[in-house]
Amino acid sequence: MVRAAAAAAAVAAVLAFPALFGSPFPLHVAIMTLIYATLGVAWNIMGGYAGMFSFGTAAFFGIGAYTSTWLLTAHGVSPWLGLLAGGIVAALTAAAIGWPCSNLRGHYFAIASIAFAEIVRTHFNNWKLVGAAEGLMIPITPGGLRVFQWNQSKEGYYYVALVLLALALLACWAIARSRMGFYFRAIKESHELAMTLGISFVRWRLAAIMIAAFIAAASGTLYAQYVLYIDPESVLVLPISVQVVLVTMLGGAGSLPGPVIGAAVLVPLSEITRAQLGARGTGVDMILYGALITLISVYQPKGVHGFLAARLARRPAEPRAAAALEKPA
Amino acid sequence: MLQQLANGVLIGCVYSLIAIGLTLIWGVMNIVNFAHGEFLMLGMFGSFWLYTLWGIDPLWSIPLVTVALFVLGLVIYRLAVSRVMKGPMLAQLVVTFGISIFLANVAVLLWTPDFRLIDKPLLNGTWNVGGLQLSVPKLVASAGSGLVSAGLLLFLRRTRTGKAILATEMNRESALLVGIDTEKVNALAFGIGAALVGIAGGFLAMYYYVYPQVGGLFGTLSFCIVALGGFGSIGGAFIAGLLVGVVQTLAGYFFDPAYKYAVVFLLYLLVVWFRPQGLRGW
Amino acid sequence: MSALLEVRGVTRRFAGLVANDDVSFSVNEGEIVSVIGPNGAGKSTLFGCITGFLRPDRGRVLFGGRDITGLGADRICRLGVARTFQIVQVIADMTVLENVMTGAFLRHRGRREAGIHAMGVLEATGLAERRNQAGSALTIADKKRLEVAMALATDPRLLMLDESMAGLTPVELREIIELLRAVRKRGVTLVIVEHVMEAVMQLSDRVVVLNSGRKIVEGAPGEVVKDPAVIQAYLGERYRA
Repeated sequence: MVRAAAAAAAVAAVLAFPALFGSPFPLHVAIMTLIYATLGVAWNIMGGYAGMFSFGTAAFFGIGAYTSTWLLTAHGVSPWLGLLAGGIVAALTAAAIGWPCSNLRGHYFAIASIAFAEIVRTHFNNWKLVGAAEGLMIPITPGGLRVFQWNQSKEGYYYVALVLLALALLACWAIARSRMGFYFRAIKESHELAMTLGISFVRWRLAAIMIAAFIAAASGTLYAQYVLYIDPESVLVLPISVQVVLVTMLGGAGSLPGPVIGAAVLVPLSEITRAQLGARGTGVDMILYGALITLISVYQPKGVHGFLAARLARRPAEPRAAAALEKPA
Repeated sequence: MLQQLANGVLIGCVYSLIAIGLTLIWGVMNIVNFAHGEFLMLGMFGSFWLYTLWGIDPLWSIPLVTVALFVLGLVIYRLAVSRVMKGPMLAQLVVTFGISIFLANVAVLLWTPDFRLIDKPLLNGTWNVGGLQLSVPKLVASAGSGLVSAGLLLFLRRTRTGKAILATEMNRESALLVGIDTEKVNALAFGIGAALVGIAGGFLAMYYYVYPQVGGLFGTLSFCIVALGGFGSIGGAFIAGLLVGVVQTLAGYFFDPAYKYAVVFLLYLLVVWFRPQGLRGW
Repeated sequence: MSALLEVRGVTRRFAGLVANDDVSFSVNEGEIVSVIGPNGAGKSTLFGCITGFLRPDRGRVLFGGRDITGLGADRICRLGVARTFQIVQVIADMTVLENVMTGAFLRHRGRREAGIHAMGVLEATGLAERRNQAGSALTIADKKRLEVAMALATDPRLLMLDESMAGLTPVELREIIELLRAVRKRGVTLVIVEHVMEAVMQLSDRVVVLNSGRKIVEGAPGEVVKDPAVIQAYLGERYRA
């Protein structure tokens, strides 16, 4: 009863946010928070659930942004169609790189993802078709929802970002409780175990990567339509990927609300410190970031969600003897 | 063409040294030190400041920088890395990432993002060896890297401590059984790994630009080199370093300079797909 | 009646060492067959060759009349062969029920059906009370039980156990023997690779003995144990009565 009321209040607050804090900066922070939360959900599906820790999310974010933007500027394709196209291109690319990598685990996979993302960035940086290092600019177009652009205020972007996040969360929720979700978690635990349960880890890992890539690409399109200018430095760089990982890890990887919690904490922190201190280009916000990542890894690797879950799970009647007999697995 | 090859080898020697430090850490404790590039950067800055403030030439400051980085490695291991060894994989991956971001940006804060150069090192210019133009500082750096690598191998194979490290790298449980303090070995390996890359930084500072973000590229390259050489294999890392130096230089010369690193990353992907153990056992 | 599992002349080498040398035997539906032998006899290799984790260099493995040699382990599971591991593997972050559901999903696509099927298996394996415990919180013996439950949830025709009795107390051993008898009653054929002779003697219909990669004897447990070749192979190993 209380929980339902709290949830309703939260939803109302989120929906009313632009009306309450309508000035540009808070809205901007909110939009970036939503975007990173969505990216975090994408990462969570393949990393938190399926155990593939990627540091190359930016590659798909960028592919999404570039696909829709190029289709728009070179061929006049509606950004909404572009969003779909970007997602598909990203998913196919993910399949192409994911298949040979389907044996890789842990550190090996992480480095492969970095290597892949760097290749993508280098390529876009030199590809004349998409503007190489100069990037692409989206012309200002009035029309609001129809053209996926709002020029007078940011509210439209806020709501689109919110819907995108909601859809991503819905997908994650559906996956987590379905066969796919169980299979992801089995794969994360052990490839051999998964195989003995009849799970083709290649096929399901591909599924995870493709879904994650699609969602990340959709966020990329949203971002492009929001800032109206993209270049490799703004959408394809490693710091973006690292931030996505950190956001999810802070909130709790492998949990549904994790990325949202993490984004809600980190993105405002980053945007505000950058606004206050970062103007001098001294990267103090990044220093805090680095320290934070290190501390979380050492002290609270399961993130906020893990911390809360552990708290709630303290049931005094639970027999501890059985656990004491047990060697660490 | 021969000139390009020579250049590649010269670059490769320093790469080798960087990679050896990384592979040692990886082999002993199964952790990728994502902050490896930043250790290099700190080594380079150490060299730079010793030169700028006290006029010590990079060649002579190397011992100082080495010791400083060894200590730094020990400290970082004890404070952060050792505590995630038993934790989830994600934590192990991310902790050194955090340290790398922290170090790189502290450097930006302290020293600005500007590019620095040691303008009048003791060693400069080029030698003409059999028609090939070889840069003197690069030559010395390469020779130095080779010497250090050889020294490391000697240390690992001949000394008691070294053998303990090798034993732990080969089989952690057996090492524990024979009474080796694997925690100490871990810390040592991390410290030595940092020290090695500090030496490389000292060498690099003789002829390369010094700036806070320099660690990023070299770090990523070193992961690829270590993978190529076979994780944990020191000999493999050495050869792979040379290989990558050559590949990079040739790719830049014959194909497109902008893609020279991308080619290396592609090489990593190909190796990891088709021969996960790298050059090991070849 | 053709056998459920047929191993025909399986040979597997590892860089010069012949781990399995022309091993042949068959298992009929409803039987419990044990594969025993001293350390280094090739039991694990044979196990791997049958379950799809290794590819034999020569020979065939047939299941239900169908050639499964060299098929992937997941495919072999889908065809009806389940297995457990020497070092017990369960999904640590899931509850007992969720673990078993993961196996159940193989033949029951929907969440509800998988859940119902999993509960059935939990009840049959005596784990129903622990269904909400985390996989990581179980004792080793219970983890082994869970592992069997997970395997059973895939509705196998053949269940292969890889040295599952190691490290169990006498009470736990008795319990797992009971469990396996119940499994056989459900219509699952069992192939057990084992060191623990007590379990072998109590459970098996037939015993296959390997030594140095070769099959040296096959027969009823009582006979095999008296066979001079077998005693010779085990010289130095103590028989656990």
